[in-house]
Formats: sequence, C-alpha cells, structure tokens
Amino acid sequence: MNVPRFPSAALGLDPGTTPDRTHGADARAVDPRALIDLPTREVRRRTVLQWSLLRSRALRVGVPLAIIVLWQLASSLQLVAPETLPSPTVIIGALKELIADGELQSAIGVSLVRAATGLAIGGGIGLLAGLFAGLWRVGEEIVDAPLQMLRTIPFIALIPLFITWFGIGEGAKVAVILAATIFPMYLNTYAGVRGVDPKLLEAANVFGLSSRQIALRIILPTALPSILVGVRYSSAVALLALVVAEQINAQNGIGYILVNANQNQRADIIIAGILVYAALGIVTDLIMRALEHLALPWRPRFELA
Amino acid sequence: MNSPDNAYARSVRDERETALELDGVSRVFAGRAVLKDVSLNVRRGQFVSMLGASGAGKTTLLRILAGLDQADSGRVRVAGARSVVFQEPRLVPAKRVWENVVIGHDRLSAAKPSALAALDEVGLATHADGWPKTLSGGEAQRVALARALVREPKLLLLDEPFAALDALTRIRMYELVARLWRAHTPAVVLVTHDIDEAILLSDRIVVLSQGEISADVVVDFPRPRSRSDEASIALRTRLLAELGVTQDSPRKAA
Repeated sequence: MNVPRFPSAALGLDPGTTPDRTHGADARAVDPRALIDLPTREVRRRTVLQWSLLRSRALRVGVPLAIIVLWQLASSLQLVAPETLPSPTVIIGALKELIADGELQSAIGVSLVRAATGLAIGGGIGLLAGLFAGLWRVGEEIVDAPLQMLRTIPFIALIPLFITWFGIGEGAKVAVILAATIFPMYLNTYAGVRGVDPKLLEAANVFGLSSRQIALRIILPTALPSILVGVRYSSAVALLALVVAEQINAQNGIGYILVNANQNQRADIIIAGILVYAALGIVTDLIMRALEHLALPWRPRFELA
Repeated sequence: MNSPDNAYARSVRDERETALELDGVSRVFAGRAVLKDVSLNVRRGQFVSMLGASGAGKTTLLRILAGLDQADSGRVRVAGARSVVFQEPRLVPAKRVWENVVIGHDRLSAAKPSALAALDEVGLATHADGWPKTLSGGEAQRVALARALVREPKLLLLDEPFAALDALTRIRMYELVARLWRAHTPAVVLVTHDIDEAILLSDRIVVLSQGEISADVVVDFPRPRSRSDEASIALRTRLLAELGVTQDSPRKAA
C-alpha cells in the first residue's frame, strides 16, 4: 500500500522511538522493548558542537575573503577586463580619490539630508496614521482601507507622477522617499498598538486607569518595540528609495557621482559609489539597533544579539 | 424581629458590613445559562472561597464582581474599593516593577513610596527597580498581589491566582495571602478548584456547580490549618461529595 509514511527520517528522529505508525514498516526499526544509549552532553559537545561552531565561524569569515582574493587574482592575471570589473585595489584607489577631492563627503551629506527629510515626513505620517488606526476603532475605519489600497502601488511607479507634479528638482526626490517610508512605519505601528495583550488592557480597566493613562502607560510603551522595527524598516527603505530617486536628473549627491561615472565609463567609481550605499545601509542598521537597545532596556538581551 | 422604623437604620448598617451582595444573578452565554439565579452575601473582612469544576461559572461570577462582565439579570452590589489578582500576573513589561504596583495612580513618581511599602510587604523591595520579565512566576504573582493591595481594597477578588505556580511556591503564597488578609482585612473572594487551598484559607466555602450554589459551608475550625487535621479531612470528603467525586470513584473508573 502506498500510504505516505510519517517522515521520521526527515526529522532526524530514530524510527524506533516514534509511535506505531512506522512499526514494522521500516527495516531499521529497533526492537521497541530494547534500551538505547543516548549520548551525554559531554560527548556531544566535543564531537559535534565544537566542530560545527568552528566550521561556521571559519566559513563566515573565510568565504567572503576568498572571493575578494579570487577577484584580485583574476584582475591581476588579466582574466577580466579592467573596464568591466576593476580589481579591489583599483576600487579602493577610486574611493581614496573621491575622499581626497572632498567630493564623496559632500555627496554623502546631500544624500543623507535627502533621505532623512523623506524619512522624517513619510515616517511621521506613517506613525501618526498607525497610532490613529491602532488606538481608535474609527481611526482604523478611516485610515486602514485607503492605506492598504495605496500600499499595493510600487513606489517606483510613482516617479513619473511625482516628476509631473514636482518637477525634476529636489521635490520629486524627497516625495519618492516619503512615499516609500509611509507604509513600513504605518504597518508596524498599527500592528504594535493592536498587538498589546488584551489581558493587560482588562487589568488596566480594573485598576481604574483613564483612557489617556492606558494609552501612555500601557499601549505605547508595549508597542514601542514594534514601532522601532518600523523605524528600522523605513530607514532601510528610505535608502533604497534614495538610490532610485537620485537617478532623476542628478545634480549632486551620491547619485550624481554614479551618473557622472557612468557617462565617463568609470566602473571603478560606480562600484565605489555602490559600496558607499551599502556602507550607509549597514551604518543605519547598526544605529537603529543601538537605538532599540537603549530604548528597550526591559527586553531580554538575547533578542538584540 | 425589628420594628419597621428600624428598617432604614438596619439597611445602613448592612451596607457598612457588606462587601458584596448578589441577588438572583443570571448570565447566559450563547443560549447556555452559566449562572442561574445566584444569590450571595459576603460581609466585610470575610474570606470566601468559590469552589467548582471547570465551567461551573465561578470565573464568570468573579468577572461580574470585578466589573469586567455584566449580569443579564439580577442585582449586583459590591464595595467600591475592589481589586483583582488574576491567574496570570498581567504586569506591563515596559514598566519597572514599582511602576506596575502603582500603575493606576495619577502621578507615578509621587506614588513610589507606597509602591515600595507594598513591595516590602510581599518581600520584593529589592526588585522594585527591576523589570517584570526578570521575575519568576511566583515573584511576578507577588507583585500582582502588591498592586492589588496598594489600593486598600474592601473587596479583594482572586481568580485562581496560584494555579500557574509550582507546588512549593504555592504553599508560600498561601501563607503570604493569609498574612496580608489579616493585616489589611479586606473581604476576599478566592476562585479555585483546589479543595485543600480553600480549606486552608477560608472562613466559608461556596460550591458552585452548573451555575448554581450547591453548598455553602462555614469553616470554623482554628487556623493555622493543616491538610492532615481531622476536620480538614472530613470537610474535604464532604466537599468532594458535593462536587460529585467520591473518594474511591477513580479506582472504580480505572
């Protein structure tokens, strides 16, 4: 009979220890009356755990390093054309050049102000809408349906519209970032407020808290982790939107460096610019995590590790 | 007994001596009567345990007394100053332990001394500035007790507050609750399905079965009581019978 078998092997379980379903169906099944030896922690740690920890660390550091070394080798041996993929050393040279000119510093400044402006406005709108929908049922009825509908529009599709409305200057760029950051902020805030344990709210009722006290003492502090996740997501999305927005009629910022290098066929500067975007992303994420760490002292620490 | 002109004076006196008064209370959930015409009086300072199997209506009754649910019919009167300890501690994780104790006060910082005093009473003064998630289950439940007592309730409602605790912690909690009750003298309604717990702590045990009060027993032998007291054993047997369990029935069933 072709009955689907209990996937004990896939789960790494010994078939002999699983109930009747596999009994007699598996040749490896042990006598259910026999005793089996379970390894002690001491043996497991020495044989399995230590080795897997060592391997995981070595691979995590080693593989990226190996890729860079291979890349450098391929460039040095002229296996790839330098105009297609410049070597890591050339890219570092391009970065040094940009920094020496002061070009990179001013571009990062311009780009960060752009991203921060869009994030502040978009994130602010998302936060307020999330609180409004989360705290008041009527708020949810007003805000949620329209925002959920707008959410289905990819923000990149809005670029032509924003150029038509705001021209090709700073307005359209900030508007793209703004539009992109509203939803992650809204969704996480709303979910955070609504996710507060109803049992806590019931207790608050018994202990005579006013609606205002319930919002300030219970709902907002408890929803803060989720709100901060919203801030972190929005920041990441703001950087993504920044990259796209800066391609619109670039006059300054990191986007300008990229477009300019593109026109001059300078792959080394383009890759350097991409690396700067990546570094901004990492730094933003680190800052946000540090912020969460400081703002949420009551959370068990392992969640932030 | 009393002459009619004493009726008013008597009602005022009753008012001062009564912690809760239920008169013909009924509650129906989706066509099923959970409470049927329940009448009960508890005088101030009395420790009453409400005993019953799961689904007997005891938690519904407690929720009505706490104001978290409303009776469909009948009259419910309770002391204005009342407080609840739930089965779970229900502490706000983002607030420090002392802030949780005085969470209902208008200004938290001004109430800190009373929070510390209440925490001291439950033996947790050193944890005042800690976070709820760092507490053990028993400690968290003691904070919940402190939070209930800081309001100086005239009626303290306990909804199976020991059910989630381990057996050793539970014994310590019995002593703590008994001590706090003697010190603050609120009327207590303890909802439980643990007969021994009810016998150890109460002045009076009310058995609820299928939404009706099936027994109302005064426990008048002296405290501190032990499970192995003869009176305890006799009362346990009687209560088990009220709940439909005879002592040898498990063996018959097996």
